[in-house]
Amino acid sequence: MYIDVNMTVNGEATTVSVDPRENLLDTLRDRLGLTSVKRGCEVGECGACTVLIDGEPFDSCIYLTLWAEGKSILTVEGLTKRDGTLHPVQQAFVDEAAVQCGFCTPGLILSAVSIVGKNRRFTRDELRVLIAGHLCRCTGYEHILNAVEQAIERQLQMKEDCHAR
Amino acid sequence: MVIGKNIPRVDAVDKVTGRARYTQDFAMPGLLRTRLVRSTVANGLVTSIDTEKAKAVPGVVAVFTCFDVPQHPFPTAGHPWSVDPKHQDISDRLLLNRRVRYYGDEVAVVVAKDEISAKRGAALVHIEYETYPPVFEPEDALAPEATPLHPEVRENNVIVKSSYKVGDGDFDDLARETDLVHVQGTYETQVVQHCHIELPVSRAYLEEGKIIIISSTQIPHIMRRVCAQALGCDIGKIRIIKPYIGGGFGNKQDVLYEPLNAWLVQQLQRPVEVFISREETFTSTRTRHAIRAHLDTYVRDDGRLIGRRYIGYANNGGYASHGHAISANCANEYRMLYQDEQMLEGTAYTIYTNRPAAGAMRGYGIPQACFIMESHMDDLAHRIHMDPVAFRRKNMMKLGYVDPGTTITCHSTKLDECLDIGMKYIGWTDKRTRYGHDRGVVRRGVGMAMFCYKTGVYPIALETATARMILNQDGSIQLQTGATEIGQGAATVFAQMTAETLGISVERIHVVQTQDTDTAPFDTGAYASRQSYVSGMAVKKTALSMKQKILAYCERLTTQPADTLDIRADAVVTKADGALVVSMEELAMNAMYSLSDTEHITANETAHCKDNTYSFGATFAEIEVDIALGKIKVIDIINVHDSGIIINPAMAAGQVHGGMSMGLGYVLGEDYIYDEQGKQLNDNLLYYKILTAMDHPNLHHAFAECNDPTAPYGNKSLGEPPTLTVAPAIRNALLHATGVAVNSLPLNPQRLVPAFDTLRKEMAHV
Repeated sequence: MYIDVNMTVNGEATTVSVDPRENLLDTLRDRLGLTSVKRGCEVGECGACTVLIDGEPFDSCIYLTLWAEGKSILTVEGLTKRDGTLHPVQQAFVDEAAVQCGFCTPGLILSAVSIVGKNRRFTRDELRVLIAGHLCRCTGYEHILNAVEQAIERQLQMKEDCHAR
Repeated sequence: MVIGKNIPRVDAVDKVTGRARYTQDFAMPGLLRTRLVRSTVANGLVTSIDTEKAKAVPGVVAVFTCFDVPQHPFPTAGHPWSVDPKHQDISDRLLLNRRVRYYGDEVAVVVAKDEISAKRGAALVHIEYETYPPVFEPEDALAPEATPLHPEVRENNVIVKSSYKVGDGDFDDLARETDLVHVQGTYETQVVQHCHIELPVSRAYLEEGKIIIISSTQIPHIMRRVCAQALGCDIGKIRIIKPYIGGGFGNKQDVLYEPLNAWLVQQLQRPVEVFISREETFTSTRTRHAIRAHLDTYVRDDGRLIGRRYIGYANNGGYASHGHAISANCANEYRMLYQDEQMLEGTAYTIYTNRPAAGAMRGYGIPQACFIMESHMDDLAHRIHMDPVAFRRKNMMKLGYVDPGTTITCHSTKLDECLDIGMKYIGWTDKRTRYGHDRGVVRRGVGMAMFCYKTGVYPIALETATARMILNQDGSIQLQTGATEIGQGAATVFAQMTAETLGISVERIHVVQTQDTDTAPFDTGAYASRQSYVSGMAVKKTALSMKQKILAYCERLTTQPADTLDIRADAVVTKADGALVVSMEELAMNAMYSLSDTEHITANETAHCKDNTYSFGATFAEIEVDIALGKIKVIDIINVHDSGIIINPAMAAGQVHGGMSMGLGYVLGEDYIYDEQGKQLNDNLLYYKILTAMDHPNLHHAFAECNDPTAPYGNKSLGEPPTLTVAPAIRNALLHATGVAVNSLPLNPQRLVPAFDTLRKEMAHV
């Protein structure tokens, strides 16, 4: 038995018929071709499959697709503009050399987008807590934290500039 | 100059946009899924398997067991093959095993139309065993009553015993020299896992009369050879495609389940994926060896090492993999970093046991060597009341050293500067005096440890690499290598090297990042921190050849003699005054389309590297330890590296931080926990703790650069070294803080609370 789920995926209204036991990770990867959502452990330990659901980060491997009814899902495929311009968080990851093997990167970028969306500064220790759901074996998180800090600063600067005008 | 610049990674945009495709991201209609059925005993023989119920599960296509597979064994180590039979890797693997040698050994495989059916089928396969008493530790495996695990290749469980001796005389005679201090110690390291975030998955299909395998591997060309050996087919009938890979750290420097995948495709004539879960990655791929070493040292009270003896036992688990090479490498480090006044003896054993197979992992025996050796060095310094850094400086490898075992020569060293930088950063002199007298519950200490590390495997094994360059019509370059990008940044530094030598801007060097063994030139792959050195030589040689060909064509095009020309900033110019002769674009268009003289300019050169060089470095750490809780908090830490010229400082920093992070996990908590039957209890990322961002201190790094004369661009190894010395530096800081020498890893509360028993009693009396 398949059930229709209506959700918005990267800004587009989407209906998918899914097995009720299916997790959002499989739906996004196998049915919608969004392969940026990575399979690292399948049990909510590593954070590689993180997506934003109504703006909040979730491990899609332990989130039933049925629960996404009426919700808005964002993956990194939905961050890049049509002209190829990177989202400021993506750009910060490039600038700060925060990418190595790249497998944890999409999930971390999405968590960073949600952090930047809070429009405030965090201490480095607070940021460490906020990204603690993501395991990265390449970077020691140092450059990732730099990238998140840089993205926050740029966002706040942009807001200030808007204000000044 | 492009060398030394922070060029953004050439694959960064692919990776931040999710465009980078990894093995599981390739659409493959009709792909069959698999589930392996694994042994639930650590030592035994399969007597029967009932597959009927599994075969009856809807969706199950086939079930294969250990009784179905070819019975000729093959090796798996990611080493270059040796044409000398004596140096060939040990062939002790079958695709599925009747004789099971660890808990989790593969016995059968269920192939199904989807994952769920495969899992359901696997759960219904019933296996009967004849069981034998398991041998988990080297001493059990060496006991006379122990059954040999691989009688067909080894009559007992010793995979290899190797020995060396430097200097003359009898070590035991040193006991008669009364002015010497004699220190003994036993040090041991635990089993840990790579924990690359991408699982080691492969997908295979048939095309062009070949078996094509997409694999998350560090060693596509080696994998091709091993698959052919396992199947008994021609190497040319196997094609390996390595797309982007989500970390390897040595686990993927081994051939894991690709031979089985290839065989399944042959049997079923349909595309098949072999999926290895996180849990299976822990129990049934590879681990880092646990090594226990007994050390015996004579030192003079002026700090001079007189004679040392090393006897090490590496627990290799159920299969040989790389094992013999790793234990020997560990013992060699003990010889290379310090030189004794009189003599040194080393013996390294590699032992089969009923544990998961150990193999290559970042550092290849040297993380163990550094913990063992550098802990001991601090114990020695402590005994003779000498500053640990001064003690090391007195005995360490100097410029010009030629290792008597391998002839590897110290062509360049900034180890002294590394120590200076580390001491200054951490406030060594002040804190060594100030700390170490605390009697409270929370105490502070500073510690350090250092290393030397080879760059590649020559002369122990073959070092060879090829690069290929193709001139595009727009004057840009396509660069192909057999060397693999695995996240470490190889593709980017190869682009920088090409740009540097060729005079073409780095944005116009297009690196082909997928290694396809049908088209990529030969290279043995990513391991031994070799690629920027060995494959870098191939890149440089190819770029020089390419330049010559471009200038020769330019001479035909413009009649200006090639030897008066150069390429700078994407144009051919005169050597003398840099005057523009022709842009690369115009030259390339002519080379491709001229009606009178076309030449499709390509270059393809092999570098057969017959040299090696040492990189150096040190970790300095400050810790705070809570005696009551047995808990270490790292307050500050720095790694200082002499890796020659740094090609890309930002990416190099990333390598250093990542290695430090892995080293912190190694020292603070990572470990395999088993039950009595040998089943791993923490085979997941919840119970096996790798450090999260919250668990890290800020990581600091510095480079003491030098131009190594043997290297293509002055560069030396950097991929593995950052992880080597974190554990002993922290262990030594603990010794400084508390006076307690803890000689086995990890330094977690379970180990430290009992180690602090005496301290707590002293505190209670105050």
